[in-house]
Amino acid sequence: MIGPILPWALAFGFAALGAALALNLWRLFKGPGVADRILALDTMVINVIGIIVLTGIASGSGTSFEAALLLAMVGFVGTVSYAKFLLRGDIIE
Amino acid sequence: MSGTAPASADLIVSALVVLGGAFALIGSWGLVRLPSLMERLHGPTKATTLGLGAMLVGSVVWFQLAEGVWTTHELLVSVFLFVTAPISANMIAKVHLHRLRQGEESEGAGPAGTPEPPPGSADWATHEAPHEGTPGDFAGD
Repeated sequence: MIGPILPWALAFGFAALGAALALNLWRLFKGPGVADRILALDTMVINVIGIIVLTGIASGSGTSFEAALLLAMVGFVGTVSYAKFLLRGDIIE
Repeated sequence: MSGTAPASADLIVSALVVLGGAFALIGSWGLVRLPSLMERLHGPTKATTLGLGAMLVGSVVWFQLAEGVWTTHELLVSVFLFVTAPISANMIAKVHLHRLRQGEESEGAGPAGTPEPPPGSADWATHEAPHEGTPGDFAGD
């Protein structure tokens, strides 16, 4: 079912996304500003969505895409609420 | 449903997955490597979003060519990400400008230098009260 090249491509994709998550964690701890930390968290959410998508290809079932969609929405709402709280001191005015 | 995948599907999906992983890694490397926040915004919002788009297209192609089913969730995810990435980048840039004005220590400017302030007596739009007659103007309420 899965061709000869795809397992290697998937392994590369997982490795690249794992390394990307490690780099994001470094930026999350290093800072230096609050905006850097929000940006690092937002990027981590995007990378995790990538891992879910690759898992969906590897397992051959489409059930994980609801998780990807939910994570995309929740990640965006989370980023905007962090930013809104820092800008206005409140999330919903 | 699941027969043997055609060789073309294998090749196309592999290329898209490798491209996506590489762009995601480059975006996060930019997040670590670039010198100031305004430059660091470019990596995740452009490169990583493009990489994820490539992976999602690869997933659509894979399920169509190998499994014979059309999945639209990936398209929903990619449309949502491509719409929201600029909005969150704009919000983070606004937070950065406000924190700078409050005196949070800055790392200094990168190769592009500090952006020129707006001409005349104007300030950045995010620092100013909404002008009269614009949608954000609630002075008359």
